Amino acid sequence: MRELTIKDAINEALHQAMEADPDVILMGEDIAGGGGRDEHPGAMDAWGGPFGVTQGLATRFGRDRVMDTTIAEAGFFGAAVGAAMTGLRPVVELMYVDFAGVAYDQLLNQAAKVRYMFGGKQRVPMVVRTVVGAGFRAGAEHSQTLYSLFTHVPGLKTVAPSSAADAKGLLLTAIQDDDPVVFFEHKRLYMTKEHVPEEAVPIPFGKAKIVRAGKDLTIVAIQRAVQFAQEAAEALAVLGIDVEIIDPRTYSPLDESAILTSVAKTGHVLIVDESYPRCGLATDIAALIADQGFDSLKGPVKRLTAPHTPVPFSPPLEDAYLPLAPKIVAAARALLRA
Amino acid sequence: MHAEPVPPATDLVIPPPETLLAMYETMLTMRRFDERVRDLTAAKSIPGYTHTYFGSEAIGAGVMAALAPTDWIASTYRCHGHAIAKGVALDAMAGEIYGRVTGTAKGKGGSMHVSDFDVGMLGAFGIVAAGIPVALGAALTAKRKGTGQVAVAFFGDGAVHQGVFHEGAGLAKLWNAPVILLCENNQYAEATAIEYHLNTETIADMACAYAMPAERADGMDVVSAYTAAKRAVERARSGGGPTLLELVSYRFSGQYEGDAQAYQPPEEMARWRERDPLVTFERLAPERGVSHDAIEVVAGRVDAAISAAFEAAERAPFPDPESLYDDVYVSYP
Ligand SMILES: Cc1ncc(C[n+]2csc(CCOP(=O)(O)OP(=O)(O)O)c2C)c(N)n1
Ligand SMILES: [Mg+2]
Repeated sequence: MRELTIKDAINEALHQAMEADPDVILMGEDIAGGGGRDEHPGAMDAWGGPFGVTQGLATRFGRDRVMDTTIAEAGFFGAAVGAAMTGLRPVVELMYVDFAGVAYDQLLNQAAKVRYMFGGKQRVPMVVRTVVGAGFRAGAEHSQTLYSLFTHVPGLKTVAPSSAADAKGLLLTAIQDDDPVVFFEHKRLYMTKEHVPEEAVPIPFGKAKIVRAGKDLTIVAIQRAVQFAQEAAEALAVLGIDVEIIDPRTYSPLDESAILTSVAKTGHVLIVDESYPRCGLATDIAALIADQGFDSLKGPVKRLTAPHTPVPFSPPLEDAYLPLAPKIVAAARALLRA
Repeated sequence: MHAEPVPPATDLVIPPPETLLAMYETMLTMRRFDERVRDLTAAKSIPGYTHTYFGSEAIGAGVMAALAPTDWIASTYRCHGHAIAKGVALDAMAGEIYGRVTGTAKGKGGSMHVSDFDVGMLGAFGIVAAGIPVALGAALTAKRKGTGQVAVAFFGDGAVHQGVFHEGAGLAKLWNAPVILLCENNQYAEATAIEYHLNTETIADMACAYAMPAERADGMDVVSAYTAAKRAVERARSGGGPTLLELVSYRFSGQYEGDAQAYQPPEEMARWRERDPLVTFERLAPERGVSHDAIEVVAGRVDAAISAAFEAAERAPFPDPESLYDDVYVSYP
């Protein structure tokens, strides 16, 4: 069975979506690269974004559909809103989620509100693909996740795959979806491989994945934390603790029942997210469980997140920053007094 | 043609030989420093992303020579050259790039975020164009407090498409602020060549929307950069308000260290190499009163200083993991 990395799975989903629907266009900074140098061998598709995710698309579909923009996020995000309202399906790239600040208004106040504010008469079928995550020694302005900044806003859908098959299936859904979707790609997961179906099979939003079934403890893991939780689960298994890992995959909509069902089974829950703790996803999910799953709890709802600090550069600091497996193991043992 | 080098100006202000030699020392220090950064990045001895300044050394050295030590600058992720010219200690810079406790930010910032308030370096910002309004704010402080300081915002050719460039330029002119918007036009924004993204003939042309004085000058000759910057600094200091300065250079490196540069034609690179700022300086040195012996002496001194800085950084300890929690707020009860 063929395996693909997340990076290649995303690239394949984009190829298939563009093949299937001529209204799908891409916009972003150097998503092809080499602009102004098309006559020079090697210039076309020289980049494909900083991680090469969109490589080959300009060569295949041309620069009219794979548009390198200037460094004008507010401009091309807003253009995507208007294009989406009038018949195109733009997929725009925000190179790093940290740059959200300069583009945010078009998402927060235009993309997210057009449908409601105009009485349900409009739709904004656009996708924002963006890169998140620490662990790259990229410092405070290139390492954030900021899931909650988008999940907080009614009208936006948010998606964060942790595996290659999910990345492909969820991106296909995002592009077909008639609402604005923010699609998070974790820079430390791009090279993660697994079997990915060749056909274009969309994966529905709002369906969590049980990454590992277990009976003693539920770990709700946010994107890269799925990887950390899997490592921790191996270590905990040796200690006789049987962990269930839930990957919500989409945060808006959120599969509340999958989380509550798991907690009802295990009675113990740990939510792991590398984001800032305040008003974050882990806090949001903890509140859901406290609200609706209280009766099944045999202990506190525990969150394990990054500290309330920006992402530090220095390797030992960044390692201390992340909720890596040993911290998960310690938190799980404390929860279960094991 | 925007992608062509700018010919040297005819009204150059040629500083005395000792000043010229100091400019050369600054440029060579930038070059040697970033050569280390390049090699150490390739060897994976330095963590994270690094951006080198190869090709624009004359800009940083020329502009900073026109500033007083108390003037402010705001920089970008491509900050090493600016920091060196403004006088940030090499040990502290190397320490930061290595993520050590001896760094300018005690290892919290990294290569993209060198800063030093004591020498007028407001900091280096990783968000394109973010430093423009920040420098404007420093100019506002200087104006309000009557300090006579000038602030310079460094940014690239790609940055002129960001909203804050336009918002900052508009406010700067309205406020008659002592700020210089200093565009280093190195022909590329990442992998995008300037002719692909610029609507106007030149970046200096964009100033007309704000009725701001503008100048375009050769950024490969330190004296040209110095002359243009000196005029802008004098204007700002004497109450004449902001200037948009476009200094034209070439990015010999990729966008970041490790970029394959497939989009940069070798003939183009070769053409600009002939105008390399260090080569240009050495060629013009005799007619400007600087001897080759003097240059040799400087070169020896620079090599020793760079080696010492990087060796010290390699030996320096990493920060204590507990320091992760420090410096988020000034106070937080
Ligand atoms: C708002 C924002 N968008 C995109 C980026 C990613 N990015 C970093 S450098 C760069 C190109 C900047 O080019 P230019 O302004 O010419 O500066 P140079 O790198 O040539 O010095 C881009 C797009 C960013 N840092 N910030
Ligand atoms: Mg540039």
